[in-house]
Amino acid sequence: MPEDTISLIQENVIQGRVTRDDEGMDEGMVGQPGVTELVEKALASGLSIKDIITKGLSGGMNIVGQKFEAGKYFIPDMLASAQAVGAAMEILEPYLAGSGINAKGKIIVATLKDDLHDIGKNIVSILLRGAGYTVKDLGNNVDIQVIVDAVREEKPQFLGLSALLTSTMARMADVIQMLEENGLRDQVKIVVGGAPVSEEFAKSIGADGYGADGFQAIAVVEALNSGIEN
Amino acid sequence: MPRKGILVDRPYERLTREQVELIHQASMQILTDPGLISFNREAVDILHSHGAAVESIPGDHQSWQVKIPEQVVLSAMNSAPKTVKLGARNPDNTLIMHGDEPRVYLITGSETNIWLDVDFPTYVNKTDPTREIRVPEFKPRRGTVDDLCQSAHVCEHLEMVDGYIRTVNIQDRDITEDNKDVNKFFASLNNNTKHFMSGLTSLKQLDNVVRMAELIAGGKKALEDNPIISFITCLVKSPLQFVDDTTETFIEVCRRGLPIVVSSSPQAGTTAPIKEAGIMAQINAEVLAGITLGQLVNPGTPVLYGSVPVRARMDTLGDSYGSVETSQYNIDCVQIARFYGIPNYSTSGVCDPKIPGQQSSIERLFSDIVVTMSGPQFLHCAFGLLDCNSVFCLLQAVLDDAHFKMIEFFLRQPRVDQPELETMLKQIREVAATPQKLYISYIRPLLRSGEISGVYPFEGDGEADDVFELAYERMKELLARPVEHIDRETTARIFEEIPGILPRLNIYESGS
Ligand code: B12
Repeated sequence: MPEDTISLIQENVIQGRVTRDDEGMDEGMVGQPGVTELVEKALASGLSIKDIITKGLSGGMNIVGQKFEAGKYFIPDMLASAQAVGAAMEILEPYLAGSGINAKGKIIVATLKDDLHDIGKNIVSILLRGAGYTVKDLGNNVDIQVIVDAVREEKPQFLGLSALLTSTMARMADVIQMLEENGLRDQVKIVVGGAPVSEEFAKSIGADGYGADGFQAIAVVEALNSGIEN
Repeated sequence: MPRKGILVDRPYERLTREQVELIHQASMQILTDPGLISFNREAVDILHSHGAAVESIPGDHQSWQVKIPEQVVLSAMNSAPKTVKLGARNPDNTLIMHGDEPRVYLITGSETNIWLDVDFPTYVNKTDPTREIRVPEFKPRRGTVDDLCQSAHVCEHLEMVDGYIRTVNIQDRDITEDNKDVNKFFASLNNNTKHFMSGLTSLKQLDNVVRMAELIAGGKKALEDNPIISFITCLVKSPLQFVDDTTETFIEVCRRGLPIVVSSSPQAGTTAPIKEAGIMAQINAEVLAGITLGQLVNPGTPVLYGSVPVRARMDTLGDSYGSVETSQYNIDCVQIARFYGIPNYSTSGVCDPKIPGQQSSIERLFSDIVVTMSGPQFLHCAFGLLDCNSVFCLLQAVLDDAHFKMIEFFLRQPRVDQPELETMLKQIREVAATPQKLYISYIRPLLRSGEISGVYPFEGDGEADDVFELAYERMKELLARPVEHIDRETTARIFEEIPGILPRLNIYESGS
């Protein structure tokens, strides 16, 4: 068992334990500090933010990814780990400036007006948080105007739109059009997803990316992100 | 620790208690009028000395009309054990069957003449030669001792297989009427540590195979305590006849006190009435007559109530195991055997088509599910069998195992009690209070506990149906996994004492 706090953070990300009450993967972990407690401890003892994030959180998430690829981890395991990282990032956010770590960026997600399907969008949100993004979730059945206002006020780098109905999928084009009309389109990369959505559809409405599932959602956002940084 | 089998909590039954009693009464009437015809002299003498009325029937073959009064049947039934133990080379594979407990053990068999090899040749699309697909091709051939070894080997590793009845008839050139029994027993026992049940080809070999079992079990007494082999005989030929030679075998096995199945397989429409009430009354009379004879020969002999009713096909008048009525008849028999408290040997999974495919999957799964739900103790569920028992395909046996795993899962008992519901209320309240309203985190503790059923084990990646290819891979994996053979010393003694076993089966000498 690793002893130092950074290794413990990594281990608990792999275990998918947000707090000390979580069971994790192995027996007998309840009561031992989870990722949030360990991150607080690391901050208190003056460990570098960069190490906490790259070695502890991302390091753990990389191993989780490998375990998933190898068929040892299932989606619920992955989500638990992502949730742990998401919770840690919330604690770390105020310290990011000046830490030498660039915040990965903010993403606003929403399921469109008249669409109540939100399971997929919620999973995408958890995974994006786990990947280190700041996610603002507007929920489901969201008015186009509300989305446009949020983009104007929050100035996110990304906007993620989800639709599970062919009828609400069409509204994605309306969102893009309205952002253009408001002069906001260039500020934000738009990624879309949901069962009826396809790569071709995404292109046809002028979106910047499409993800068929939660993992692709991260991949497409990461790819666009490296484009922004360069 | 015996094997767990599948314990069916509330077995599916088709008949009311009154209907079962009516069938019982009808069977009793059948046993006195018309009674049975026996072609076996000894059976006639035994039954006669216990009160059956006997009358010689004039004709070419020696035969007797035997009328067995209800009292004789009932008192004989009293001595039939209500619990039967079938032992195994590996004691962890022991089967304990209580006549009143619907715990289902799944057994392979029975012997087929044809073995199906599988290959996956590639086919090219005529209009677009860049497109290729692999298609399973099944090639039938006569079964051999080698095949039997392979089948016993794979069945050792199939999780849901609780016991082994050989799946293929050995037809090598060097196999004769005289050496068939010792070779089939040795090939099966040497490649499989589960219980082994078999019929006998030649009564002359009975003592040889019993001796072989004694050597493996560790002596006469050890075999009594751990009967690693048992026998099945179809002493009854429907309608209502005791056959001469199988009855003789039956009597001899009973004398040795080893477990035995009294089995009858009437065909509804030809050798039994096609109506449910009729075939039930007749098959029950046939099986009870056999059990009665066995108990009179050697009171306390462990017997199974063996019922293999089947409906005739209307186009050929051959067997139709795939017909829906066949399952109905089988389920009725399970219930009738339970009424007497005697463990039941039942049948499912046999199908009509000659090769694995949609029809075979649908027919076998249908009967496997419904007959298992009725709770027979010993379910001969025909792993890998096709063409009504004539063809065996190892690939199909691998598929059947996976499907039985699903049935086993389905029949698990629900957990609904106060503590469980309190935990659930807590969970529901917790999730209701979160923004995302997902229960996903509660899946995790269950993911690896076996409490969540898996995806179909032979699901492919793409659009193609890869079930056969994946099952074939699995079959090869299982064949590559070693089995625990009989040890060197015991093997040497078996080859020394028991004549006729093919030298190539001696893994310590043949160099293979
Ligand atoms: C669950 C479900 C529901 C649930 C929703 C519960 C909830 N909290 O979301 C309930 C029962 C409420 C529901 C209601 C209805 N449903 Co519904 N529903 C479904 C179902 C079965 C599964 C959707 C789901 O959750 N999938 C699981 C998640 C994990 O997958 P996902 O959503 O696809 O998300 C993944 C990806 O798409 C991607 N992704 C998703 N969003 C995003 C966003 C971004 C930015 C990116 C990059 C990626 C991404 O990543 C996710 C994670 O891997 C689908 C069938 C289907 N095959 O999709 C029908 C389906 C979507 N429903 C359908 C219908 C018709 C309805 C109803 C209209 C039914 C009715 N007559 O009342 C109502 C609609 C109500 C409304 N106004 O929205 C139809 C839609 C047909 C169409 N016209 O397009 C479907 C396709 C079923 C069908 N074949 O008929 N539904």
